[in-house]
Amino acid sequence: MIDVQQITKRYGQHTAIDRVTFSVAKGEVLAFLGPNGAGKTTTMRILTCFMPPTEGRATVAGFDCLDQPLEVKRRIGYLPETPPVYQELTVDEYLRFVGRLRGLAGAMLTTAMSREIERLGLGSVQHRLIGNLSRGYRQRVGLAQALIHDPPVLILDEPTVGLDPKQIIEIRELIKSLAGSHSVILSTHILPEATAVCQRVVIISSGRIVAEDTPDRLSTRLRHSEKIALTLTRAPADVEAQLRQVDGVLQVHANGPAGHFLLETQLGKDVRENIARLTVTSNWGLVELKLISMTLEDVFLKLTRHEEGLPQNTGPATAPAGDVNRKGMDVPS
Amino acid sequence: MTPVNTLIAKELRSYFVSPVVYVVGAVFLLIVGLLAYIYIVFTGAQAIQLMQVQGQAQINLNDLVFRNLFSSIRFVLLLVLPILTMRLFAEEKKLRTFEFLMTSPIGLNEIVAGKFVSVFVLFLGLLGLTGLIPLTLALFSDFDWYPIFTGYLGLVLLGALFLSVGVLASALTENQIVAAFVSFGLLLFLWLLAGIGTLLGDTAVGQVVSYLSFMEHYDHLVRGLIDTRDLVYFASALILMLFLTHRVVDSTRWK
Repeated sequence: MIDVQQITKRYGQHTAIDRVTFSVAKGEVLAFLGPNGAGKTTTMRILTCFMPPTEGRATVAGFDCLDQPLEVKRRIGYLPETPPVYQELTVDEYLRFVGRLRGLAGAMLTTAMSREIERLGLGSVQHRLIGNLSRGYRQRVGLAQALIHDPPVLILDEPTVGLDPKQIIEIRELIKSLAGSHSVILSTHILPEATAVCQRVVIISSGRIVAEDTPDRLSTRLRHSEKIALTLTRAPADVEAQLRQVDGVLQVHANGPAGHFLLETQLGKDVRENIARLTVTSNWGLVELKLISMTLEDVFLKLTRHEEGLPQNTGPATAPAGDVNRKGMDVPS
Repeated sequence: MTPVNTLIAKELRSYFVSPVVYVVGAVFLLIVGLLAYIYIVFTGAQAIQLMQVQGQAQINLNDLVFRNLFSSIRFVLLLVLPILTMRLFAEEKKLRTFEFLMTSPIGLNEIVAGKFVSVFVLFLGLLGLTGLIPLTLALFSDFDWYPIFTGYLGLVLLGALFLSVGVLASALTENQIVAAFVSFGLLLFLWLLAGIGTLLGDTAVGQVVSYLSFMEHYDHLVRGLIDTRDLVYFASALILMLFLTHRVVDSTRWK
């Protein structure tokens, strides 16, 4: 549905995005993840034909963004960072304007309007001036605007910014419900959001794609061992040596205050049962035993912090997993 | 509705919900009315004087009232129209709706045309209201309607030119005050070209410079002359300004 090939955008000397390549299948939800200024918005602006790329090609639903911008624009619903609302219009007037601009008329327009008003909970404010609405409502009006012509492709730039937690959940549910029938790209720097709604995550940093995969696989791939936090109240002096005897345990570190340990174990081997049996039968006073899995947060921080060390353009598979250990040291508390 | 009509309707709607149109419209009509009043009273005083000296008076309203009035409205338009055009693109950029408009399925030609036509329609409405002045005078006196029509044609063309300059200025910035001042500046410059042309005298350069100013073209129409050269001047100036606007708006995407 969306195909981006090697697009580069330079502003004078500054390279905003550098040979970015990815694609989105029909019905797929893709998260664009990256710190502020990584090039998320620039990429989206290129896809929506707002600006042309310096190099490379982007196609949406088979239409080239440079050659057939009108065809592309007809098939895209776009929510920019700031909801593009006209403050002097009421919600109704605004949605009617947007719908007509996108070619809806008559009964179809009325149906589309009431569908979006219903779907985004705008019923109570539909006759109010947008200028008088709160940030959350404006954001929802912005979303209604992007959805009104029921486009096959949705491009949402930080769709949940400015919403309260309940609204965030509602919007995520909405986006999930669009998956399957719509292709969605959403940008965010909130990781749980990516995990919650997306099938695939593209991590972008300093204008380059540093990783691309499902949220689960991304975190699996980047760790070569699992970690277990263990807290004992009566640990004997040779506890570390004894723990190392357990099958699957690679390393044992003292971790923080006395009695706290961090165990590194082989990937794919759950040693918790054995550890529990050992500590309980030895009467070491087991109070905590938990698996620490690497979250998307860790992956993200790791990738965006160390991206200088990554080879360019060779894709996600090459992301080194070398210093996961170092990071892991300060996890449990 | 086609996208252009939708845009025009929305722009007009935006004008009428903001106080700017009412303030600007009221000031414009008040000043034009006041000018008309002054010229009429002046003419009346002259008529009485002539009556006393010569025993009879032939007063030409076309010369004494309307030509003066049309000349003065020129200046009022220069002050008023940039205020109407300043928001057209600048506000979209400031409020971040520009990106929305540019990613909507509507061509840039249509956006520029829609913006211009909406403010032009507004201007025609205001100008139409000043039609009450000749209509009222016609109740009490006789005058030649032909120069009134050509004068209004001149005003429509002059207004279109001023508005297109204003649209261009608005596309250049996201600050409405700057947009208004840029159009004041450009319009005053076009005005002063007439003076520079006169200074240069009857040379080729002088003629070209004078031709570039709207002054003599408008004067011809006010005096009742419809000359193709003047119509071509206004048409080409309008097209040039809208073309430049198109280029300016398009170039903001490449930055």
